[in-house]
Amino acid sequence: MKTLDTVKTGETVSVSKLSGDGAIKRRLMDMGITKGTSIFVRKLAPLGDPVEVTVRGYELSLRRAEAKLIQVA
Amino acid sequence: MATTIALAGNPNTGKTTLFNALTGTNRFVGNWPGVTVEKKQGRLKNDRNVQVVDLPGIYSLSPYTLEEVIARNYLLMEQPDVIINIVDGSNLERNLYLTTQLLEIGIPVVTAINMMDTVRKNGDKITVTELEKQLGCKVIEISALKNEGIDELVRAAISAQADKHSSLKRQAGANRYASKELESSLCGIEALLPTGIAAERRRFLAVKVFERDEKLEELLTLKTDGKAEAVSAPAVAGLQESASPIIEAAEKASDDDSESIIINARYGHISDIIGGVLTQKNAGKESTSDKIDKVVTNRILALPIFAVVMFLVYFLAVTTVGSIVTDWANDGVFGDGWFLTGEPEEYSEVAGEFEEASMAIEAYEAAAAEDGLDPESAGFTEDAIDANLTASYETYDDEAGTNEIIEVDAAAYEEALAVEEPNPSDYGIWIVGVPVLIGGLLEAIAAADWVQGLVLDGIVAGVGAVLGFVPQMLVLFLLLALLEQCGYMARIAFILDRVFRRFGLSGKSFIPILIGTGCGVPGIMASRTIENQNDRRMTVMTTTFIPCGAKLPVIALFAGAIFAGAWWVAPSAYFLGIATILCTGIVLKKTRFFTGDAAPFLMELPAYHLPTAPMVLRSMWERARSFIKRAGTIILLAAIIVWFISGYGFTDGGFGAVEDSANSILAVLGSGIAWIFAPLGFGTWEAAAASVTGLIAKENLVSTFSILYGSEGSWYTAMQMSFGLAAAYALMAFNLLCAPCFAAMGAIRREMNNPRWTAAAIAYQCGVAWLVALWIYQFAGLLIGEVAVNPFTFIALATFAAFIYLLVRPAKNRSKSTVSAGNVAAETV
Repeated sequence: MKTLDTVKTGETVSVSKLSGDGAIKRRLMDMGITKGTSIFVRKLAPLGDPVEVTVRGYELSLRRAEAKLIQVA
Repeated sequence: MATTIALAGNPNTGKTTLFNALTGTNRFVGNWPGVTVEKKQGRLKNDRNVQVVDLPGIYSLSPYTLEEVIARNYLLMEQPDVIINIVDGSNLERNLYLTTQLLEIGIPVVTAINMMDTVRKNGDKITVTELEKQLGCKVIEISALKNEGIDELVRAAISAQADKHSSLKRQAGANRYASKELESSLCGIEALLPTGIAAERRRFLAVKVFERDEKLEELLTLKTDGKAEAVSAPAVAGLQESASPIIEAAEKASDDDSESIIINARYGHISDIIGGVLTQKNAGKESTSDKIDKVVTNRILALPIFAVVMFLVYFLAVTTVGSIVTDWANDGVFGDGWFLTGEPEEYSEVAGEFEEASMAIEAYEAAAAEDGLDPESAGFTEDAIDANLTASYETYDDEAGTNEIIEVDAAAYEEALAVEEPNPSDYGIWIVGVPVLIGGLLEAIAAADWVQGLVLDGIVAGVGAVLGFVPQMLVLFLLLALLEQCGYMARIAFILDRVFRRFGLSGKSFIPILIGTGCGVPGIMASRTIENQNDRRMTVMTTTFIPCGAKLPVIALFAGAIFAGAWWVAPSAYFLGIATILCTGIVLKKTRFFTGDAAPFLMELPAYHLPTAPMVLRSMWERARSFIKRAGTIILLAAIIVWFISGYGFTDGGFGAVEDSANSILAVLGSGIAWIFAPLGFGTWEAAAASVTGLIAKENLVSTFSILYGSEGSWYTAMQMSFGLAAAYALMAFNLLCAPCFAAMGAIRREMNNPRWTAAAIAYQCGVAWLVALWIYQFAGLLIGEVAVNPFTFIALATFAAFIYLLVRPAKNRSKSTVSAGNVAAETV
């Protein structure tokens, strides 16, 4: 299964499932990353981490560790 | 009865700006998520009976972060009469998520759409009437910044509260995000809730039971309006148990956990609303903010740009503009005086010559007195030539940066006598300095000696030494305000996260540290936005290692008095602060207290705003004002006390004024603790006493030194005589790193919320400061020949070796899982 951390910059993907549990999953969902949401990967930070994405019309930055929890298609 | 309005909304939506507009106060506003970290209260500008509460910005009413728990507990426990839900119009979708939660807690809601100007500028349109219908509450378009729609908003809030019953009914009727299946599950749980719970809160609590909220018990047993909720702890457990089959059935049916079911339902509902409400003209097109961001956080350019920005901030605030205004304030306004117009260089050359001449005369006459000659006698010069009298004095050469011994013979003495004191007024318009002015005034009214001493040597010298740095601080605060308001702060966290993570901190730790360069108190408070408890504690412990605005005068003092204004002193102080933070991160992260997983890093990157002049000036002034206020209160008091205990003491004759401050009370107190600092090279009572007064406020060090050394003419020279280079740097390093001022220690105590952690943090800071100063003095002193090898050399070597070991030893106990839930859970407040 493809996860968000492997998506190239400039691509748009759709969330298929969130792994992880409790607080971190809740936090991701609270920020609008829910099943079916489309995510545009905008850019990587200068040192390769974190990632900046556009989700639900705003800019969000998250680390690769969190991006790994987001399964996409 | 007084009405209470609570302001709730996502971070960075302008709640504090709205709060300021509503109450007419000047709260601090910035452009990064999490400016308001605790609730603030005020009263409505036009109606003092209405109380306004500004809550911290939150994304959700989940129980996972500290701010969310604060906001949630406030809304449920204190039961405000009405909630103004402030929503960022340019980011409607995610903002409405919180709205769906606020709508169900049983309090009337009015939605304020802020930043409508941005929405319109983007060519987007929000159909307010349709949104009102969908949400079931009044929706008002406002611009908090331009004060538009505020009155209408207040009227809507008041009327929603007056008509509470039908407001709530409308809200409950419209806010139907649940699918048919979910609805029946929630109704099933609602039926299980004890009958004592009010109708308007049942839905909210049912949702929380369904979500298996971690703090459910706390929610159900919460006291509202003084009366306890009708649920006991065992009843909560029973409730959870009987609700369990309903929740499990729902989870099984949709193959997801119950929390996710609710969130999905909410966002699904919002997507439906958005479709009918928002018309986007330029969807997908690049905005100006995007274009700026492309450059500023560009993979290649981001770090160089960051370095340039930081360099510019400190170059302007500390080196160029800063030092020019500080020199003017210290030597001019709080010194002899300054030129409004004219040729100051010419004057200072002539004044320098006069000063040299006076020193020559003084030295020569002193030597004459030793030889039994009277300078006042008629044939003094001949006698002196006959006796072949010479003298010498030490002077400081600005250009060479060294002390020079100048020989004076009779001819030079004659020459020196001929030099006349220049009158500054001959060289331009001369404004007399405050001390000269006040001194003249006191002379004129023939004030008693002790009054003159108190006013000039105590108050004016002490407070003036501190106020002299206000212009410099204004420059720093102005630059920080610009950085904060344009939106660059969040980008810094984004760019630097990777770097900071290597040192056991989060990119978000940088914001507290950067704010900490202005003042440690808001810096420490800004650490609240860090979700992970370990990271937060670590940030609280280390933020004050960075030199704050009040330490700037201390650095400037040492740079000026001891190091001849060397350019490297200020940057090295910042470098020392940063190095201490990073090393602390590495060392502590490996101890068992801080071992744990990396915290999640989810951060919104706000759109860039052009900072507006009134807001920047207001924020600059807010910070400067608290500094000036301290100079007028606590520092004034400290200066008087220091003046008193340094000028009075017990001598053989009893208690009274002492000629030599070495006999003063302060000397006795200072000597008592000076032994602690002896291995660090500054075991004098003056240094010990100054360090202690630095705890009241760091800039006190400057005023204390100015009082203690002020009696001997130029106090810079007097200080220079007292400390070697290594000892002076060690003294500075100790005071920059050790426990911060009492205000910051108070902030540490509030944030740690635990006496043991507070004590540990302060002990750690003092310990680190002592060790760093020890290493500096012993190693640097040995290198430049200031110190000989002594027992403490070995202690310094041993501790340094231990430090290196702690730094490089491998980390243990690092668990494999990337993120664990327990770490993120916020502490209860």
